[in-house]
Amino acid sequence: MGLIEKSRIKSPWILHFDNSSCNGCDIEILACLTPLYDVERFGMVNMGNPKHADVLLITGPVNRRTARVLKNLYAQVPDPKIVIAVGTCASSGGVFHNCYNVLGGVDKVIPVDVYIPGCAARPEAIIDGVVLALQKLASLRGDKK
Amino acid sequence: MAARTTVPFGPQHPVLPEPIQLKITYEDEKVVEVVPAIGYGHRGIEKACELNEYTKNIYLCERICGICSYIHSVSVVEVTEKLWPVELPPRVKYLRTIWAEMSRTHSHLLWLGLLADAFGFESMFLQFWRIRERVLDLLEMTTGQRVIQSVNVVGGVRRDISPEQKKTCIETLNTVRKESEALIKVLTKDYTVKSRTIGKGVLTKEQALQLGCAGPTLRGSGVREDARLTKYDAYGELNYEPVVEEAGDSYARALVRARELFQAIDLQLEALAKLPEGEIAVRVRGNPPANEDVMRTEAPRGELFYYAKGNGTRNLERLKVRTPTFANIPSLLVMLPGCELADVPVIVLSIDPCISCTER
Repeated sequence: MGLIEKSRIKSPWILHFDNSSCNGCDIEILACLTPLYDVERFGMVNMGNPKHADVLLITGPVNRRTARVLKNLYAQVPDPKIVIAVGTCASSGGVFHNCYNVLGGVDKVIPVDVYIPGCAARPEAIIDGVVLALQKLASLRGDKK
Repeated sequence: MAARTTVPFGPQHPVLPEPIQLKITYEDEKVVEVVPAIGYGHRGIEKACELNEYTKNIYLCERICGICSYIHSVSVVEVTEKLWPVELPPRVKYLRTIWAEMSRTHSHLLWLGLLADAFGFESMFLQFWRIRERVLDLLEMTTGQRVIQSVNVVGGVRRDISPEQKKTCIETLNTVRKESEALIKVLTKDYTVKSRTIGKGVLTKEQALQLGCAGPTLRGSGVREDARLTKYDAYGELNYEPVVEEAGDSYARALVRARELFQAIDLQLEALAKLPEGEIAVRVRGNPPANEDVMRTEAPRGELFYYAKGNGTRNLERLKVRTPTFANIPSLLVMLPGCELADVPVIVLSIDPCISCTER
């Protein structure tokens, strides 16, 4: 395993994008970064730039306007990448399923690897989901160890 | 003449977790023009509220915004109750006030942290969020959920605060106050914080009134205006006076929120001490009658306005929401031109934008 592959799994960089969520999951993602949950102990760092990211954390249902933005972001994240749908609305549209501007979950637009349920998803669940995603990221490389 | 550059700020930007786009035109490093493009967060909740039964609207309206979700649920519940109208037991009014002020405490701590993050003061950001977790623990203990509480129903609340919980609340709130005081000292004394906020994004009293701003943005410009002065819930019986700062810059808006943080803790302690005994819900029969009414509440970001119209069926005919950030976004068009590129995030944050509220 090369240095880049190893560091990708030991220190995944995360890109967070809010489709049109209620902020509930977004503040829980930020809560993950703060001292009580401290996700940095797994080497995870929140990045602003999609070109530096390995893991995409998506919150909220996809609506007609953010669908294009989401596709752009997904295309900008270099391979191998993992997409995590955080929260019930990102997974299926949730409580917003009958809103006219909502297309549904993130999987309507881009492929999703891990679904984290909850409204809002608890920080523990988010950390659990990201750790699960890392196992998948390792297996994607074909050198799982 | 210097070259002009247009830079998109968003819809995906590290400072704002939410999707809004500001097309900012710079001349060298100075901002000359700002065009906001909203609509990324639009879901169509108001229409969905007409399709759902009125009891389900509570859960949908709470999810208009995850940060001020409690105040949204209070507003939708109370505007629906006004259609009958339902007479609430005094304990319900106090419980709703306590939770509303608790969510204001967590929202202001969150915002103070984000402000520190916006000018790169990362340790202060983490410290504010560490304190905030204590408030979230209280919310979880008393309502059962950290972020979206779902504790209101038409006619009352679903959970009560037991005497043991009351004791824990008082202890934790005192700890929160002590820890916040230490951090706010940094905010008010630190040279770096002052140089990044004082005189940045000035909004005069006249401009604030003309643009129809709301909440801390308005009070930071020296206007004494707060929906809590309408004495809804238990505010009429509590010792309450709005926090007003005169300067109108980003620093004044930060001070308003910092002082409101302590005021919210005081209001919670006072309401907990005065908490009357009694029922926590009354039975509400039938569908909302054909009637219309409005409700004004004070969300952490400013005045929240709800309008509801019933028609005798179990669905409301119309539910209209006007949120504080919608009123505050125009103030950015006055504050941003003339500022430096590096001050844009701080000024944008200083109105505490909540895009999911605005666009619904």
